[in-house]
Amino acid sequence: MTKNRIASAFLNKKAFIPFLTGGDGGIEKTEEYIDAMIQGGADLIEIGIPFSDPIAEGPVIQAADLRALEAGTTTDQLFDMVTRIRKKTQIPLVFMTYLNPVFHYGYEKFFLRCEEAGIDGVIIPDLPYEEKEEVRQIAEPHQVSVISLIAPTSEQRIAQIAEEADGFLYVVSSLGVTGMRGEITTDLDSILAVAKENASVPAAVGFGIHTPEQAAKISKTADGVIVGSAIVKIIEEHGKDAASYIYEYVKSMKDAITAS
Amino acid sequence: MKGRYGIHGGQYIPETLMNEIIHLEEAYEFYKKDPDFNRELDDLLKNYAGRPSLLYYAEKMTKDLGGAKIYLKREDLNHTGSHKINNVLGQVLMAKKMGKTRVIAETGAGQHGVATATAAALLGMECEIFMGKMDTDRQALNVYRMELLGAKVHPVTTGTMTLKDAVNETMREWTNRVSDTHYVLGSVMGPHPFPMIVRDFQSIISKEAREQILLKEGKLPDVVMACVGGGSNAMGMFYNFIPDESVKLIGCEAAGKGVDTKENAATIANGSLGVFHGMKSYFCQDEYGQIAPVYSISAGLDYPGIGPEHANLHDTGRAQYVPVTDEEAVNAFEYIARTEGIICAIESAHAVAHAMKIAPTMRKDQIIIICLSGRGDKDVAAIARYRGVDIHD
Repeated sequence: MTKNRIASAFLNKKAFIPFLTGGDGGIEKTEEYIDAMIQGGADLIEIGIPFSDPIAEGPVIQAADLRALEAGTTTDQLFDMVTRIRKKTQIPLVFMTYLNPVFHYGYEKFFLRCEEAGIDGVIIPDLPYEEKEEVRQIAEPHQVSVISLIAPTSEQRIAQIAEEADGFLYVVSSLGVTGMRGEITTDLDSILAVAKENASVPAAVGFGIHTPEQAAKISKTADGVIVGSAIVKIIEEHGKDAASYIYEYVKSMKDAITAS
Repeated sequence: MKGRYGIHGGQYIPETLMNEIIHLEEAYEFYKKDPDFNRELDDLLKNYAGRPSLLYYAEKMTKDLGGAKIYLKREDLNHTGSHKINNVLGQVLMAKKMGKTRVIAETGAGQHGVATATAAALLGMECEIFMGKMDTDRQALNVYRMELLGAKVHPVTTGTMTLKDAVNETMREWTNRVSDTHYVLGSVMGPHPFPMIVRDFQSIISKEAREQILLKEGKLPDVVMACVGGGSNAMGMFYNFIPDESVKLIGCEAAGKGVDTKENAATIANGSLGVFHGMKSYFCQDEYGQIAPVYSISAGLDYPGIGPEHANLHDTGRAQYVPVTDEEAVNAFEYIARTEGIICAIESAHAVAHAMKIAPTMRKDQIIIICLSGRGDKDVAAIARYRGVDIHD
C-alpha cells in the first residue's frame, strides 16, 4: 500500500469527502472554497481537474467543468494551487479527473508533480481494474494512490477490485452519472460487506448523496461519504459568495455522519 | 494483448459498464460461431438489406480522369442507404438473443441512427437515439426518418453538440440503464470488444469486393479507399485486403476548411495519442488533453478520434491516411452526380475526391476501388446551402 495522508482521513472517524471542480469560478475562488471545506470539517478533499468530455458526470458537474475550462483553468494551474494549499494544511487531497488529461500530460511528469505538490491520490472513472496497472506502476513510486471504484453492477468483481485497492475504495452508490438523487436504491450494505471483507483500505460511498439524512444513513456502514454535485450546485448558485454556504453545508454533513 | 491493436485499443470505461462489456464479448464469441445466428444474419443481409452490394465499374469517371480503372463498392444501395446496416443488423440481432429489449445508439449524420431504428423496428426492440443538436439541425430529414421508424431521438445539447457529444450522452445513458439495454456502437471505436465486433460485421464489404473484383478483373485492385471518421466503412473495406500486401489502403479524413486551420477533423494529420471514449488511439486534443472541437461539412466524419485498428494500421504503415477538405468533397459530390448519375453521401465524397487526385497519376491497367459508403439524399440541402442556393424543404 502506498504511504500518504489518505489513511488519516479515516482514522477513528467517519470521513466526509467533499468534491469541487478546480477552477470553477477561478483558481483563487477554488482555494477559498477548499479552505471553507476544511473549516467545515472535511476529512479529505477531491479536486476535479476539469475535462472537456466527462462521461461519468451528470449535468451539474459537466457544467462546472465547462465553466472552469472557459475560465482558462489548466492542470498546471491546479498543481500550483495545490502546492500553495499544501503549505497551510496536511488534509489529504486527491485529484478526480479522466484518463486523457493525465495520459497527455505524461504519467511520469503528472505523478512527479502530484508528489511535489502534495496530492495523495487520483480518482479516474474511465480507468477500470483491467487498465489500472499502466497508471499504478508509475503513481506508486511517487506515493500517489490510484483509487479504485466499485459500481452497483460490479458483482463478482467487487472482491477482485477490493483486494488490490489502494488509498480508499470509492463505492458508486447508483447506476448512471453523478448527480443528486432523491433516494438510493442500491443494496449498499451487501456491496460494502464484500468490499470490506476483501480490502485493506476504507470504503467511502459517493454518487447521488446530498442530504445530511442520506449521509447519516450511509455512514452507518460505509467508512466515508463523498459529495460532489450538491457542492458544485452551491458554487453555481452563489457564485463568488459561495464560501460561507459551502462551510455551512460541509459542517451540516460532517455533523450528520459524526452523530450517526 | 486482448482488445489491443499495437499500442491502441483497450477498455477505458467506467466500472459500471465493465461486467456488461465482458458479457458482451462472451456473447459475441458464442454467436459468431453459432450456426443459427449466422443463418439468420445472412438471411437478413440478403433478403432485407439487399446484399451483396454491387461492385460497379465507373466507366465514365474512369475515362474522364484518364488513369486507373475506378470501381465503386455500392454500399449506398443497401437498405437504409449506407453501410451502417451491416453492423446494426448483426448487433441488434445479437442483442435480442442476449435478452435485451432496448437498444440505444449515437449518430452523427443520422445514418447509423436510421439503421439502428430500422433494425429495432424490424426485430421489435425499443430504440433511443442520441444526436448532437448541431446535427439534428443540419440533418433534420434523418431525425424525422428515425421517428417514423418508432425511435425516440434525443438532441444532445452538451459540448460541441456533434458526434462526440452524442457518444458521451449514449455512454451516460448506458451506465444509467444497462441490464435491459444494448449500446449499438456505430463505428470501429469505443472499448473492446466494439472495434472488433463492428469490424467483423463490416468486413463483409471487403469480403464481397475481393471476390467481385477477382471475378471481374481476374486480379486484385491496386488501391482500395474509403472515407474515415471513426472508420467503420473503411475498416470494412480494408479488412480482407490487409493480407494482400500489393493492395494499397487509403483512408480519407475530413480536413474541413483545411488541415492548417482550426476547423477540421483530420485526426491522423493533426491528432496525438490519447485515451477517450473507451479506447487508446489518436485524438484531436489540446496541450492539456482536452478534446478539441472539430469541424467538417460532413456530420458523419465530424469526430475528433479514429478507431484503434486504424491507428495501428497508420503506425505500421499498412494504410495511409490523407486529408480531404470540404471544398474538395463538395466538388467530388457534384462531379460524381454529373458523371455517373450517383448522388453519394458527403462522407463518401471525401474518398471520391482523393480518387480524383490519384487516378490520373495511375496507369490504365491499374484498379481503384472506392467504398461508396452511403447515399447523399440527406446532404442535398446542406450542399445547396454551401453553394449559396436557397431551397425550401
